[in-house]
Amino acid sequence: MKDAFGTPQSLLVLGGTSEIGLATARRLVARRARTVWLAGRPSPALEAAAGQLRRLGADVHTVAFDALDSASHEEVLGKVFAEGDIDMVLLAFGLLGDQANDEADPMAAVRVAQTNYTGAVSAGLVCANALQGQGHGSLVVLSSVAGERARRANFIYGSSKAGLDAFTQGLGDALVGTGVHVMIVRPGFVRTKMTEGLQEAPLATTPEAVATAIEAGLRRRAEVVWVPGTLRAVMSALRHVPRPLFRRLPI
Amino acid sequence: MAGGRTSGVTLVYKKQIFMTFRIDTPINHPFRRNRVQLGEKRHFSGYRHAMPDFITALSVDDFASVTGWGRTAPTTALVVRPRTYEEAAAAVRGCGTRGSIARGLGRAYGDAAQNAGGSVLDMTGLDRIRTVDADTGMVVCDAGVSLHRLMEVLLPLGWFVPVTPGTRYVTVGGAIGADIHGKNHHVSGGFARHVRSLQLLTADGQARTVLPGTDLFDATAGGMGLTGVILSATIQLLRVETSLMSVDTERATDLDDLMTRLTETDHLYRYSVAWIDLLAKGAATGRSVLTRGDHAPLDVLPPRAARHPLVFRPGQLPAAPAFVPEGLLGKRSVSLFNELWYRRAPRARTGELQKISTFFHPLDGVPHWNRIYGRGGFVQYQFVVPYGQEEALRRIVMRISRRGCPSFLAVLKRFGRGDSGWLSFPVPGWTLALDIPAGLPRLGVFLDELDEEVAAAGGRLYLAKDSRVRPETLAAMYPQIDRFRSLRAELDPHGVFTSDLSRRLAL
Ligand SMILES: NC(=O)c1ccc[n+]([C@@H]2O[C@H](COP(=O)([O-])OP(=O)(O)OC[C@H]3O[C@@H](n4cnc5c(N)ncnc54)[C@H](OP(=O)(O)O)[C@@H]3O)[C@@H](O)[C@H]2O)c1
Repeated sequence: MKDAFGTPQSLLVLGGTSEIGLATARRLVARRARTVWLAGRPSPALEAAAGQLRRLGADVHTVAFDALDSASHEEVLGKVFAEGDIDMVLLAFGLLGDQANDEADPMAAVRVAQTNYTGAVSAGLVCANALQGQGHGSLVVLSSVAGERARRANFIYGSSKAGLDAFTQGLGDALVGTGVHVMIVRPGFVRTKMTEGLQEAPLATTPEAVATAIEAGLRRRAEVVWVPGTLRAVMSALRHVPRPLFRRLPI
Repeated sequence: MAGGRTSGVTLVYKKQIFMTFRIDTPINHPFRRNRVQLGEKRHFSGYRHAMPDFITALSVDDFASVTGWGRTAPTTALVVRPRTYEEAAAAVRGCGTRGSIARGLGRAYGDAAQNAGGSVLDMTGLDRIRTVDADTGMVVCDAGVSLHRLMEVLLPLGWFVPVTPGTRYVTVGGAIGADIHGKNHHVSGGFARHVRSLQLLTADGQARTVLPGTDLFDATAGGMGLTGVILSATIQLLRVETSLMSVDTERATDLDDLMTRLTETDHLYRYSVAWIDLLAKGAATGRSVLTRGDHAPLDVLPPRAARHPLVFRPGQLPAAPAFVPEGLLGKRSVSLFNELWYRRAPRARTGELQKISTFFHPLDGVPHWNRIYGRGGFVQYQFVVPYGQEEALRRIVMRISRRGCPSFLAVLKRFGRGDSGWLSFPVPGWTLALDIPAGLPRLGVFLDELDEEVAAAGGRLYLAKDSRVRPETLAAMYPQIDRFRSLRAELDPHGVFTSDLSRRLAL
């Protein structure tokens, strides 16, 4: 169960090797989390991540999960929930893609869309149902500022995050009163392997900062969290920039 | 009855909501099953306390979002309101895999009377006083009867509840389940010490009589409802001549002064408590106001009051507003309040006559006072450290004071001998209780550090107040916890009685 500050005792990370996901897990393990499930595509990296959390004192399990295999989500995640209550689900998987390449390779673009949107729809609904049965729990979804307004340079990923964000907002509204808390996290540029080699955007931040923001958001039962917080104001201005101007902005 | 009104309104309310959904959502919407109506609960003057506060939407046997008095960590449960013992038994038998927990008037601060995804038995419908023996002061009543109601009925007969906490709005079942204490703990012990027998509905759906001196009694007294549902209890009352209190007030300039005064003269009073200003810093750290007293004998009443010596008339102010903006209670405003409050108190005054409500339940005068902490809610931190651990107490008070928690008056009290309840909180020593807004940054870490001080001093936290302790820390504080767990494993192997608290702390 979560404590008075919204800190979970059990955590399920979908995308178990995500740097943001693991930074969050480390932070929560330092507070209250005892049981951690890392769901992801089997790999040495996944096992290494589990080992690292175990050394911090958590009881860690890994489970094979592929975001692209929506049909399997019910069964795979159902098994996790059958083992005991999950206080918090962190939906952290995602694929940035390579815009320039993907524009010329539609099937690669579809993979980005299917991972970030379709995969999240099925996994999100499965988890929402399970959490609803428990009568408690938080579903925390890593969206992105990229979904707030699609940019020329990044609209394949951006549109998939826009879909994910809209889906999560609706899901959050559907779950009001069920005891389940849905929180959207919209980070800006975060220095992780996903963005490695890319040019840093302004207000770039770290996985640890995202983790801190998530912990604070849990305490407030926030619906939306921006990381860093200033992005909220920045994006609400950018949203209203006329398109002819917006597409010329160097962002 | 309050319940009748409640359900009347609910039906209308429900129908409207239901119809709205019918228009724009498919009939078998999977998320609708648990949906609770939005909107604040209505208030009916006179029933403000009769209705449980936790049901955000008026409803009977409906899913509702439930919190404790601190309004943190809401979870959703099916709230069932039994009106008879049979209905309670049926509810327990049919509670499903996520179990059931009894709930009284929702004054436990944390998650003790919540049960996410399961059912919560709102016991306030079982509210009958069965028999009163006016000669011996023995009352038999249902578990859902409040101490307020007992006072209303019993004071005119010259009897008072043996133990009352800082609020009258707790039920008898809750009083036993938390083995509550009051300002007379150093004389009278916990509430359960005055219980002569109780009826307990256990996991098999059967009611059994439980007597003091048995394991089941000791597991139930302070057992947070986890041994079963208390249906009724027989309680020995205290004889009083009047409904007024004779009160001595004095100020203590700092913590040492306070502890000296309490140590030297507490035994002279039946009731004793000190209110500490924890925001005062430096030399003033621990400055406080002691109020101590006893029930006033008839012969000290002025002639007018002596004509109706046993009248019970608690006053009430308007309720705190439903919405209070976050951050209203900053350090500055709270510290100003504490300052005024300290200055206002007389340096020393003896034999003042006060109403029971003024002396025991000042906060009951403001219904829903818990809302003043805003949407984020608050935590109450209450611990006890044994006598001989005064240094630990001093260190903790210093840390709280240095940290500057915007905390209204904290309460310090000396406990007397403890009782036999396995999870009963009081042990001989110093107990301190304070409220802190839950939104205070890094509060969780700070309280974990205090826990370590408390545990190292051989002290413990109070489960009825807790919403955040680590399970292993709690286990270290209660040496009988394993006994409690094994009795539960035997009596209730399938975990019929489960609460958010029991899940969080693996009780
Ligand atoms: N980094 C940023 O700047 C940034 C900014 C805003 C939002 N976000 C979002 O934050 C989340 C985490 O990002 P991150 O920075 O931590 O990136 P990361 O370290 O690259 O993590 C991405 C994760 O997604 C997993 N994944 C990808 N496809 C998958 C699939 N088909 N099935 C299962 N798992 C799959 C990866 O698992 P494998 O190890 O199996 O590949 C990896 O664990 C993502 O949703 C991302 O879009 C990131």
